[in-house]
Amino acid sequence: MEKKLRIILASICFTAITLLFLDFTGTVHLWFGWLAKIQFLPALLSNIAIFISLIVLTLIFGRVYCSIICPLGVMQDIISFFAVKRNKNRYTYSPAKNYLRYGVLVIFVVMFILGISSFVALLAPYSSFGRIISSIFAPIYKLANNGLAYLAERFDSYLFYSVDIWVKSIGTLIISIFTISIIGYLAWKHGRTYCNTICPVGTILGFISKFSILKVRFDENKCVNCGLCAKNCKSACIDIKHHVIDYSRCVSCMNCLEKCNKNTLSYSFKNKNTPKVKATQKQDKKLENKSITEKKSDSNSVLKSSNSISRKDFLSIAGLFAVSKVIHAQDKKIDGGLAFIEQKKVLKRITPIKPHGSKSFANFTLHCTACHLCVSVCPNDILIPSSDLQHFGQPELSYERGYCRPECTLCSEVCPTGAILPISKEEKASTQIGHAIFIKENCVVLTDNVSCGNCSRHCPTGAIQMIPLDKDKQDSALIPIVNTELCIGCGACEHLCPSRPYSSIYVEGHDVHRTI
Amino acid sequence: MEIKDNCLNRRAFLRAIGGGAAISALAFAGCNKDKVAPETQPESADVASGKMTYRKNLKGENISILGYGCMRLPTITGESARDGKDEIDQEMVNKQVDYAIAHGVNYFDTSPSYCQGQSEHAMGIALSRHSRDKYYIATKLSNFVESTWSREASLKIYNNSFKELQVDYIDYMLLHGIGMGEGMETLNRRYLENGILDFLIKEREAGRIRNLGFSYHGDIKCFDYLLSRHQEIKWDFVQIQMNYVDWKHAKQVNPRNTNAEYLYTELDKRNIPVVIMEPLLGGRLANINNQSAAILKRIDPSASIASWAFRFAGYYPKVLTVLSGMTYMEHLKENIQTYSPLIQLSSNELESLEAAALTILDFPLVQCNTCQYCMPCPYGLDIPNIFSHYNKCLNDGSLPANAQSENYKKLRKAFLVGYDRTVPKLRQANHCIACNHCIPHCPQNIDIPKEMQRIDKFVETLKQNV
Repeated sequence: MEKKLRIILASICFTAITLLFLDFTGTVHLWFGWLAKIQFLPALLSNIAIFISLIVLTLIFGRVYCSIICPLGVMQDIISFFAVKRNKNRYTYSPAKNYLRYGVLVIFVVMFILGISSFVALLAPYSSFGRIISSIFAPIYKLANNGLAYLAERFDSYLFYSVDIWVKSIGTLIISIFTISIIGYLAWKHGRTYCNTICPVGTILGFISKFSILKVRFDENKCVNCGLCAKNCKSACIDIKHHVIDYSRCVSCMNCLEKCNKNTLSYSFKNKNTPKVKATQKQDKKLENKSITEKKSDSNSVLKSSNSISRKDFLSIAGLFAVSKVIHAQDKKIDGGLAFIEQKKVLKRITPIKPHGSKSFANFTLHCTACHLCVSVCPNDILIPSSDLQHFGQPELSYERGYCRPECTLCSEVCPTGAILPISKEEKASTQIGHAIFIKENCVVLTDNVSCGNCSRHCPTGAIQMIPLDKDKQDSALIPIVNTELCIGCGACEHLCPSRPYSSIYVEGHDVHRTI
Repeated sequence: MEIKDNCLNRRAFLRAIGGGAAISALAFAGCNKDKVAPETQPESADVASGKMTYRKNLKGENISILGYGCMRLPTITGESARDGKDEIDQEMVNKQVDYAIAHGVNYFDTSPSYCQGQSEHAMGIALSRHSRDKYYIATKLSNFVESTWSREASLKIYNNSFKELQVDYIDYMLLHGIGMGEGMETLNRRYLENGILDFLIKEREAGRIRNLGFSYHGDIKCFDYLLSRHQEIKWDFVQIQMNYVDWKHAKQVNPRNTNAEYLYTELDKRNIPVVIMEPLLGGRLANINNQSAAILKRIDPSASIASWAFRFAGYYPKVLTVLSGMTYMEHLKENIQTYSPLIQLSSNELESLEAAALTILDFPLVQCNTCQYCMPCPYGLDIPNIFSHYNKCLNDGSLPANAQSENYKKLRKAFLVGYDRTVPKLRQANHCIACNHCIPHCPQNIDIPKEMQRIDKFVETLKQNV
């Protein structure tokens, strides 16, 4: 019963969160956007009330968070579900690797305080999940969508429209493939090992759940020591010999309850019968030895897995290249009598541009856990994961494929961590996130000897004026000048500038956003 | 019943063998054949002769309400001579002139500048085959280029017209293009300072010019000035641009223009006959968006869209003749049909034309026929496809024009998604930098960059109106 309930809830949460990252239209957010906001780290960073509720939840029910709300945890459960199907009763008890767990937690906290957000982002479970979905599975989802859009077009329907599929950051893609390979392997072999040795959220919640009211408890009188519960415990936390459960690792999945045919285990307030403590020093030592050997084999298998990863890795990268090749070839076919358009090259900006609503570079980098929810929903394809090592994976704006359109505030609506705070269209129109800089040498007015003014025509704030190149000549060509006080840094000018591959007008970010 | 059943069976059969829509349409036409024979259908009936409506000039002569414009004479390639550089198809010109005269047309309007200077010559050949009392010829003193502004050069042009037209008097002589260029300054230098106007008045006295007038475009000061001298000069006629859009909304078409209502009223006050040019607003009123067309089709489904414009021009009693540049025989026949005889517009019909004018102005079709001459655009735009998507939506009535309308959201999505499907993002209107490279290539004389900006603005409003 408890297990069924857990599976139902977990399925709903998992499906909804996955859809959050797949859906590029923003409709799923209207219904399930809150699911991203109740994730542990995002709540800690942005909403203390939710955070406290999560703590209370754990104090009452144990680590149900890990079994229901955390999408990365559920993903591991799905993988181990199939593993168990192949090979039943596959788990055995192992003692906690506390030095590793708390070690990782300490490093995590230190890195967080030092502001090395790339490390934080790497370990945050929800963010890892987000990146896996948005960089590996979203392209597949979009491909399917484009197939439907193709069909819709044939039937004169506007239900589906096609979207661009492209690798936003090769680094993030590699990291995501790496993450899913490691976690997938561990989940297949050892259930919840990742959650109980590496995941900092798991460690914190594990510590709290030691004191939870509701727990899985033994009725020692009924137990026949068959060991079925331990063999089916993904967290390897049931010590059947001593009838002890390591609650810091138990994720309250209730699998053991269902497996036990003697009704020994119950998810309840207190023990029906106090178990006798039988553990002796000797046994403890034995166990420790065993755990060391296990660890060895563990690390061996990790090595093995990384080999297999690289092959998988290679295959999926190759697959993606194939996709992008196909898209290019189609582009060319359409061309015919059309002039070739050179792709714009990504600019290296001195100060990265952060989206409207993020207040400042510091605020953004402090809060962002690089879950890429904003990256997945951005309809203008301008949010791109940073490749800067310290802030690796945290999105920044780049205007090669589009610009920050005035009617859109999607990223600020979906951000669960407070890195991008909610902002209205009106506020956005008066918030300066950067300013445009004109590079005369690139301007087509001079290089192609034509009239242009496209930047000025599309500036939403009227910050760009066209002035004569030569003041003394009446019919002199007009070039733009930027009134930086009025510029909000939306990038319309940069994106629509005809100069390629480098625009002759580009946006440089501001450390602190201002109101104009 | 039996016949109907037979038809249906045939239709079903054709469908079954995969004939598709075209064949089933044919089959359907077959059904109708039993009811209305094609010979009796109004469209294919031959144009009646001898029914042309006539107006009287100041001398009391009858002038056909349809005037033959000689600016777009046919060429050997079948194009209009205004657009191409090809030779005029003299045989076709003769044929059309014969047809026109046979059906009562007697006013022919040419100019030394038309058809790259070939028009007068061609018309001279065609008309001289008829007796001189069968036609009235109008030509102009078209000294547009500054080098021809001197008295000598202007006289040369004038004298040449007699030679080309093979006549010893000209029925209607116009000062060509008053109000163009720098307005009053140009007028002064072309006709006043060099004494040409005085010369032409003398020629009228001498009988080599029978009626003297001017054609007006642009600067209203010139129009007012020449009318202020009416007592002294005695204009016999004036040629103005007039149609149901220019009547009240000329400024919206071109800020330099003046409402035809004003021009007409001023001429009416002074009892000066009015010759109408551009009754179709450069052809735009023959091809209007479907919403506007629906307004007109509702009144009379069988009347052509162009016929409304001709009936409007002929509605006003001071109008002497309505000029139409007819390249093809079909145009000529249709126009003769419309004016044989002219059926006066009712006040309801006038109101409908005003309603149509407003929708035409709000959402003008881009007069692009996707000839691709403008392509490739150096900045990668897909010009013809942008226009065809816009025109298609306009004609479907699926242009999300009104944000208050019920299905606005649906239409908005269809327009934007359809736009992305028709034109890749990087080739859309917002990438037009107005370099103007395309303009000289467009045979329709579309101001492509201007239209691009108009469509871009429309798309931008749609996008922002979430």
